[in-house]
Amino acid sequence: MVNVTINGMNVSVPKGSTILQAAQRVGIHIPTLCYHPDQSIKANCRVCVCEVEGNRLLQAACSAPVFEGMVVRTNTPKVLEARKTIVELILANHPQDCLNCIRNGVCELQTLAEELIIRDNPFELMIRGYEKDTSTPSLFRDPDKCVLCRRCIEACSVVQSVNALGIEGRGNNAMVVPTLGKDLIDSPCVMCGQCIHACPVGAIGEIENIEQFLAAVADPETIVVTQIAPAVRVAIAEEIGMATGELPMDVFVNGLRQIGFDYVLHTNFTADLTILEEGNELLKRVKEGGTLPMFTSCSPGWINFCETFYPDLLDHLSTCKSPQQMFGALVKTYWAEKMNINPAKIFSVSIMPCVAKKFEADRPEMRDSGYKDVDIVLTTREIGRLFRQSGIDFSKLPPSNFDSWMGAYTGAAVIFGASGGVMEAALRTVYEVVTGNTLEDVNFTATRGFDGIKEATVDLNGLEVKVAIAHSLSNARKLMDQVRAGESPYHFIEVMACPGGCIGGGGQPITKRNQKRVERIEAIYLEDEGLPIRKSHENPEVKVLYDEFLHEPLGHKSHELLHTHYHDKKKKYL
Amino acid sequence: MDYQGIIAKYKDVPGGIIEAYHAVQKELSYLPEEVIVEAAKIFNMPVAEAYGVATFYSYLSVEPRGKNIIRICESAPCHIAGAAEVIAALERELGIIMGETTSDGKFTLEYTECVGQCQSTPVITINGKPYAGVSPAQIAAILAEYR
Repeated sequence: MVNVTINGMNVSVPKGSTILQAAQRVGIHIPTLCYHPDQSIKANCRVCVCEVEGNRLLQAACSAPVFEGMVVRTNTPKVLEARKTIVELILANHPQDCLNCIRNGVCELQTLAEELIIRDNPFELMIRGYEKDTSTPSLFRDPDKCVLCRRCIEACSVVQSVNALGIEGRGNNAMVVPTLGKDLIDSPCVMCGQCIHACPVGAIGEIENIEQFLAAVADPETIVVTQIAPAVRVAIAEEIGMATGELPMDVFVNGLRQIGFDYVLHTNFTADLTILEEGNELLKRVKEGGTLPMFTSCSPGWINFCETFYPDLLDHLSTCKSPQQMFGALVKTYWAEKMNINPAKIFSVSIMPCVAKKFEADRPEMRDSGYKDVDIVLTTREIGRLFRQSGIDFSKLPPSNFDSWMGAYTGAAVIFGASGGVMEAALRTVYEVVTGNTLEDVNFTATRGFDGIKEATVDLNGLEVKVAIAHSLSNARKLMDQVRAGESPYHFIEVMACPGGCIGGGGQPITKRNQKRVERIEAIYLEDEGLPIRKSHENPEVKVLYDEFLHEPLGHKSHELLHTHYHDKKKKYL
Repeated sequence: MDYQGIIAKYKDVPGGIIEAYHAVQKELSYLPEEVIVEAAKIFNMPVAEAYGVATFYSYLSVEPRGKNIIRICESAPCHIAGAAEVIAALERELGIIMGETTSDGKFTLEYTECVGQCQSTPVITINGKPYAGVSPAQIAAILAEYR
C-alpha cells in the first residue's frame, strides 16, 4: 500500500493506483472527460490535472501513478484555472447548440462546463465545419461536436473488434473518421451503437424516428401497435428518474398507451416463439447432421458482424428471424386476421434497446407480411424522451395489461435481454422436448454472468450438448475463429453483440459503466423468477398461434414468415 | 504498378508500414486507397489503422499529387526572409495556390517545417532537394529544370 495526502486528507491505496483512484477513495471528485472506467487510460484531454508537490507541471490524475508520501492538491487556484482554460479551448471548437443536441442533459462536456463555471469564453468560437454523416439508418456522426477523446475508437476496436473508426490526420487537424475517411455505411460498422455509449458528447447518436411515430399517432386512420423488447423495461426506469428495474411492467404498458399506442403487445411473445423454432432447428441439425455449431440470430449487430467478417460461416446462423422481425411478420398477418384489422392500416413500432434493429427493420427481406413488417424502431432512449415530453408521472399511473394474442410471455422470454438468456431459455425447452421429463430446476446458472465467454455441457438423455455464449463482438470473434479453424467443440453458440447482452444495447439509456449493465442483468433474472410460467413452450398464446396458424415449428408457414437468410456484405475495407 | 510487391518487401521490418508507404509514394507521389487497403492486409491491421498512419505524417499524402513536390519552409527564419514573396512567385508561375497540383500533374505546392538550412533563407525543396536563399526572381529558372 502507498500513503498519499490529497487536499490534506491521508489515504492508503494499492501500489500502481492513479491519483484519480486515490481521490475517489476519499470522496474527492476530479472532473474528467476522456477517462472511461472500463477502457484504457488515454490522458489526452488533460481536464483532470492536479498539483503534485515537487512537480512544476500539473499532472493528469487519470494517468499519474501515486507514490509513497505523494502530496496532491486537486482544487488550487492554479488547477482550477488550468481546467477552465482546457475546457474553454475544447468549447471553442464545439458547436454551441446544446439546446438542439440529442445529448442535451446527458452530456459530459455540458456537465464539465457547469462544474467549472464557464461563462464568458475568451476564445473565439471556431467550428471545424465537418459534414454530418447520416448514411446509416441506425447511427449518425456529427464530427464538429467531437472532442477527440477516442473512446468511440476503443469501443469499436477493442470491445467490438470491428475497427470501423480511426483517427485521420494529426494535431489540430485530427478527426475521428470511419475507415478511409468515408461514410459510416462504407466502413465495416455493424451498427451496434456501442460508440454512442462511449461518446461523452453528441458526436455520435441514434437516428431518431420520433417524428414518424408522432405522425402515425396523429392520424386517426392508423392503428399504432407496439412490441417491447425484453431488455427495455429494466432500463427505461433510468430514463424517468427511477432506479434500474423499478418500473413495473403493467405501469410501463399504461405509459405507452398514454403516449398514443393503440395496442401494446410484447416482443417477449415472439421471443418464446423463437425458442420453439430455434430449439427445433437445433435438434434437427443435431439429428440430421446439419451445420454445427449453430449460432443464435437475434442480435442484428451480430448478424451484421457475421455478414461482414465471416461470410463463409453464414450457414451456421440459425435461419430464425429475430423476435422483432418474427413479431413484425405476424402482427400484419396472424394478429391482423385475429383482430379483424386491415393490415395496411397497422403501423408497427418496436421498442428496442438497440440501434442495429433500425437497420434490421429496413432490410429488404423483412417484408414477408406483404408490407414493411416493422415500420419503425424506437430505442429505449427515444421512448424515455416521449415519456418526458408527455409529462407522465409514473408514480401515479395505474397499471394496465398487455393486449391479447401477442402479449403473453414467459420468464424464458424475459431473460433474452441478458447475455446467456437465449441459451438458457432454449435449454429449458429443448431439455423437456428431448427428454420428455419436466425440468425440476429451470435455472441454468452456468449460462449467466458477465464473463466474456461462458460454456456449459448439458446432458439430454445421453446426448451431450456443448454450448457456448459470447457477448461483445471481440469475444464472438474468438469463437468464430475457432469455428473457421474447424476446432469448435460446440453444438450451439449464443452471441449478443453488446456487452452484457441487450441490456447493454446501443439504444439503452447512456451507460458508461459495465457495473450498470450488471445491475440491469440482476433486474432481468428477478423478473424471470417472479413469473408463473418460465418455459417458452408453455406460453398459452404461443400454443394458440401454433394450433390455429403455424401448425408446427419449422412448418410451411413458419418458413414463410419466421425464417430468413443472410448475405455476404462484401465490404471492401475491413 | 506492383505496389503489392513494394509493400511486401517491408513485411517483417518493425514499423515497416511507414517505409512501405514511402517506397510506394516514391513511385506514385501519393498513397491511393488500394495501397492503404493492401498495406493493412500485409501488415495485418485494420484498414482504419493503416489509414491513420497514412494521414498522420505530413510527408505522406492520401491525395493525388504532382510528379514534383515543391515545399516551402513556413518556419520563422524563412518567414522573416520573405517566404511570402517566394510563395507568391511560385503560385503565379504555376497558376495554382498552396496545397494544389497543376492540371498537367507536374507540380504540387506544399508547406514544410524547417529543413535545417537556416544559414541561407528562404528555403524551398523540390523532391527533397533544398534550394537555399531563394528569391522570387530565381523561381522561373529553378522550375525550368523540372518542366
